[in-house]
Amino acid sequence: MTLRVNDLKVYYQTLRGDVHALDGVSFDLADGEIMGLAGESGCGKTTLGKSLIRLDNRMRHIDGTVELDGEKLPISDDDAMNRYRYHEISLIPQYAMSALNPTRKIGRMINELLKARGVKPATIADELRRRLELVGLDPEVLDRFPIELSGGMKQRVVMVMSTLLDPSLLIADEATSALDVSTQRSVVESMVEFRDRGFIKSMIFVTHDISLVYQMADTVMVMYAGRVAEKAPAATIINDPQHPYTKMLIGALPEVGSTTDEGRLEGIPGTPPGLLNPPTGCRFKARCPIASEECSETPPLVEIEPGHWAACWKTGR
Amino acid sequence: MWRYIGRKSFVYLLTFIVAVTINWMIPRFMPGDPVRSMLTRAAIDDPDALARMTDYYNEVFGLDKPLYEQYFAFWAGLFRGDLGVSVMLYPQEVTDIILRAVPYTLALLLPAILLSWIIGNRFGAFAARSKILDNTLLPVGYILTATPYMWLALLLAWSLGIVAGVFPTSGGYSFSLRPEFSWLFISSLITHWVLPFLSMFIVALGGWAIGMRNLIIYELEADYSNYLKSLGAPRKLIRRYAFRNAMLPQITGLAVQLGTVIAGALLTEIVFNYPGLGSLILDSLNSRDFFLLQGVFLFVVVGVLIANFIIDIIYVLVDPRTRVQMTGGAS
Repeated sequence: MTLRVNDLKVYYQTLRGDVHALDGVSFDLADGEIMGLAGESGCGKTTLGKSLIRLDNRMRHIDGTVELDGEKLPISDDDAMNRYRYHEISLIPQYAMSALNPTRKIGRMINELLKARGVKPATIADELRRRLELVGLDPEVLDRFPIELSGGMKQRVVMVMSTLLDPSLLIADEATSALDVSTQRSVVESMVEFRDRGFIKSMIFVTHDISLVYQMADTVMVMYAGRVAEKAPAATIINDPQHPYTKMLIGALPEVGSTTDEGRLEGIPGTPPGLLNPPTGCRFKARCPIASEECSETPPLVEIEPGHWAACWKTGR
Repeated sequence: MWRYIGRKSFVYLLTFIVAVTINWMIPRFMPGDPVRSMLTRAAIDDPDALARMTDYYNEVFGLDKPLYEQYFAFWAGLFRGDLGVSVMLYPQEVTDIILRAVPYTLALLLPAILLSWIIGNRFGAFAARSKILDNTLLPVGYILTATPYMWLALLLAWSLGIVAGVFPTSGGYSFSLRPEFSWLFISSLITHWVLPFLSMFIVALGGWAIGMRNLIIYELEADYSNYLKSLGAPRKLIRRYAFRNAMLPQITGLAVQLGTVIAGALLTEIVFNYPGLGSLILDSLNSRDFFLLQGVFLFVVVGVLIANFIIDIIYVLVDPRTRVQMTGGAS
């Protein structure tokens, strides 16, 4: 098991009080697993991704543990975490387009970063070139400035750079959201290939694009209002979702070949609850069509069949 | 690169021509007749002599010719390095008078501009490091940058010059000395230089420090900084990147600030009665000596243009983005 997250609580501190962005998230990530992390905006996906590598200064670790390869991560201690960053946990950020220093040649920036992390650039130079070629880039990009590259190229440079030290866990935060569909596909394929070749052991792919997740991920975890709603193999999430939220989310996806004549797509009525003062019990109950009295108690995340977890009183019984 | 320099040179040449033209026009369309005012001081009673002398001086200064001939004569003189004869200090050449004043102004301006820029940037980057430094140094910076040059100059002259008596408050060197290459004279030059230099240096320092502090904070929150932090890069590396990138707008700022700094030098020189271009401007204005005035302005314009040109070239050398745009993407 690469990653084990147990009852993780991370709050944002604001002047009006704590925002409960992650409120008891638990899941496991197996070796070699690519997990898609889906959910609507503000459900805590990005917060979860950030919590695993670097809390920003508004975020506070309240409770819960994170274990990577059997080692407990000191996620609330910025300095102690440094040892794991890049070597064990790495990140492809949401803003990969602007993640490179605009006034440094890419090769020089990578070398400076490697040196600062105690790796001799010379020992890894050949591997770097090989991997650039693998994602379809000419190694000559190392002699260029970021401004000379297209968005897709920058994205791939960041991908190669982030995974250069073969981390155990890669967090890709909306890594493809800013790309056009065909570039998205090639980037996603490269990510799967990186996993297959063992460059990365496992990966969390944060996105709101469920159809993209379905193409590449082994498992999908759906979050709602700071909690895990359901986690299952990708095919199960798409074809046989159990949690009412997942059902409605999948139901809102368009299908290839369907036209508006056959009926409008249904959205999910209502909006997610605010996380400043989150409601007690199941957080989806206000929008849930099958909610009943027992939903005022918080439903636990239970394994309703092997590898399929859901947090709803109505499933598995 | 050469094409870029060529294009820039052309733009600067155009600016120069326009600036010189305006420079020539302004004193000529100012109210007041310089020859008349010069002769008034001579207190000549005989109207016949007055008329003859007026004609004589008008011919000497070339004021009897039509305006367009004066204009072309001005350009022709400019290329020979001849800016005419001063009215105020007749019959000295304007060029000589200016060349005597230029070293003082340069000795004041160059160190004040460059040192305040370098130290201010370091200071601002340093202040951005911690909350405590930020909260204590920043208000000081704001006060400094909001201080008018001449007010600070007066304050310094009063405190360090008159009350403490450490530095002399007037002139470029002691009145009891004549310019010569001796230790006594040089030390006198230096002590007279300290106060005007300090007053300009301190005001400019605050502005640069505040600008740099804001830019550094912005750069430290930029995406590339966050990415590097997430990959565990040490603070030193991130700060180095941030500092370098924050320097770029500061270089542009330096070019923009030059004009203002020269205005500041004018006031400072007047307060300290420093024999540079600033005092010269005031004197020539008071005696309607527009040959001298336009000569001084010409020097100021040329100075600002040259400085801007140098900064333009430096900017290209330090910012790869402008370089890339110039060469069409493949350098």
